[in-house]
Amino acid sequence: MLSDPESYAVVVRDLEKRFGSFVAVNRISLQVKAGEIFGFLGPNGAGKSTTIRMLCGLLTPTAGTGTVAGFDIRQQAERIKAHIGYMSQKFSLYDDLTVEENIDFYSGIYRIPDGKKAARKEWVIQMAGLVQHRTSRTAVLSGGWKQRLALGCAILHEPPIIFLDEPTSGVDPISRRSFWDLIYTLAGEGVTVFVTTHYMEEAEYCDRLGLVYRGELIAAGSPDELKTHFMQDDIVEVLCEQPQEALSVLGTVAGVKEVALFGKGLHVVVERQAADVIGAIQSRLAERNFAVSRAERIVPSLEDVFVSLIEARDRQEQPQAEVAG
Amino acid sequence: MKARRLWAVARKESLHIIRDWRSLVMGIAIPILLLILFGYALTLDVDEVPLVVWDQSGTQASRDFISRFAGSPYFALRRFVQTYAEVERAIDGGRALVALVIPVDFAQDLGAGGLARAQVIVDGSDSNTATIVLGYVETVARTYNQEVAIEQATRRSGRTVMAPLVLLPRVWFNADMESKNYIIPGLIAVIMMVIAAMLTSLTVAREWETGTMEQVISTPLKGPELILGKLLPYFGIGMLDVLVAVLMGEFLFEVPLRGNVALLFGMAAVFLAGALSLGMLISIVTKAQLLASQLAMVVTFLPAFLLSGFMYDISNMPPVIQAITHVVPARYFVSLLKGIYLKGIGLELLMMEAVLLALFGLLVLLAATLVFKKKMA
Repeated sequence: MLSDPESYAVVVRDLEKRFGSFVAVNRISLQVKAGEIFGFLGPNGAGKSTTIRMLCGLLTPTAGTGTVAGFDIRQQAERIKAHIGYMSQKFSLYDDLTVEENIDFYSGIYRIPDGKKAARKEWVIQMAGLVQHRTSRTAVLSGGWKQRLALGCAILHEPPIIFLDEPTSGVDPISRRSFWDLIYTLAGEGVTVFVTTHYMEEAEYCDRLGLVYRGELIAAGSPDELKTHFMQDDIVEVLCEQPQEALSVLGTVAGVKEVALFGKGLHVVVERQAADVIGAIQSRLAERNFAVSRAERIVPSLEDVFVSLIEARDRQEQPQAEVAG
Repeated sequence: MKARRLWAVARKESLHIIRDWRSLVMGIAIPILLLILFGYALTLDVDEVPLVVWDQSGTQASRDFISRFAGSPYFALRRFVQTYAEVERAIDGGRALVALVIPVDFAQDLGAGGLARAQVIVDGSDSNTATIVLGYVETVARTYNQEVAIEQATRRSGRTVMAPLVLLPRVWFNADMESKNYIIPGLIAVIMMVIAAMLTSLTVAREWETGTMEQVISTPLKGPELILGKLLPYFGIGMLDVLVAVLMGEFLFEVPLRGNVALLFGMAAVFLAGALSLGMLISIVTKAQLLASQLAMVVTFLPAFLLSGFMYDISNMPPVIQAITHVVPARYFVSLLKGIYLKGIGLELLMMEAVLLALFGLLVLLAATLVFKKKMA
């Protein structure tokens, strides 16, 4: 599976991190190709931040091996740090310093050559839309501005790989969209982007995804691959009146495993082998006088895939969880 | 180590200090305030000891004897009393530290060449002061004794009699024996130790608490660059404090500075580097501002105050405590300051202290750079 290491920005094998008896990251193996946007998707507490910190050399793994930008994550953590940009989940620039002072600090830390210093600074200020706020203390900036400034400071030295830990949490939807435009621009220039998120719609923007749950990587692939290969069940979209009431009615139809509200309608998880389950759904709703405008198999959304994978994992781990819990 | 990165850290750390008025107060106003407070309050001189007198004799001789006390700068005659009850009340109430009781037959005994007696009652609740006061009383009595004896001998023999021994005391380094002359130099050392460690004890811990450290350690910045960069601006503040303290010593407290001023500042720089590094080390180990500042206070203030030889003479301490004082850096700086200030001596005599002080600084700085890890816990 592992081929030319040059073409991979990140390669990890059986990466593990324990804090005492708690296993935060459990034997994760993954590879990220140079130049791709790799999304690390999972709920809070799944081990996303711990993984990203190990990749950036901020935490030493308990077990496992890996390389980032060709450097060993155990032995060469400090060399990795020269080749990456990292943006932590919490805003971590200095609140009491102005926009320019923060940029100058990181410009000094990354030793940006004198000839490029002014241009890079200008680039960050333009990119973050902070032309009017050069001399404002960062404490007074809004979330979207802070996040763009933090990204700017993290990539002042034009690293080939950037790690973004939940960069858009707590940011308004418009800022979030323009932030992703920025990520696309960077990826277009050949930068590898490793980004964690728990927003499903953001996951759709990624070239490849890794789904993490309770410290384990439960699936990896492109969004399309995940939707087609990892789904053991089919999704039937049902649009009807009073979907909330319809939800409880559909739970007992033969072949239906799960019903959930989704947008204006319902997503019904059905067994792939079940014969004419759509007919059964329609007749059940008709019996109870629900007007059905649509009931069709659809390509599942990432959320469907994720929920289905998590539930499969929970069912599998149930006996263990009860013992542990 | 790259100068560019070190400089970037020093610059941003300076900005923090300038923007945060609390750190400016802590770094500049507090040391000045402490020096004024302690400089004026902390005097070990004993003079104008309040005195009450019960003169039962009421003669020329007794009044002559009393005038020796009243005329001395070390005593202040408060009042004459008539009973022991009054003596007791005056001492109990703290209105007098000494009572002098002269019996009825004082003049008779003195004139007859017999043993005249006078009673002295001293408040011994502060034994140090009582010892000093007793010394004063004895000196006055001895002088009086001598004069009376010589006078009587002269009268008997008909020619001038001289005392067989005349003592010519001369006190070096602090001729007036003013306690401020040795307290102020020691005080500078104690204050600098505490302030320096307190200042730096917050810096690294604050970055861990606010989360800015996580960003910083993801860059190629090296530990020693971060630590030295952070030390630099505080070193500047510390040296400014030393300058202010020396100027206050010169013009406010009028403590004579006899030695080499350049040597004084040089040694202050060595001492500061150690004290600042100690605060930094505490900050690195604790990672929490509150704990770090409390620890810095305890680790610096008590040893510097009690075990440096500033307040209490080290040679009077039990051997175990004396041994402990060797690891108190303020001890060496107190010796250096007193030596430079009062004795005007140089490195030829203070080399040992200077070397040990430098060694302390180097060890603590080394420890700080070794303990600091660019990793999250």
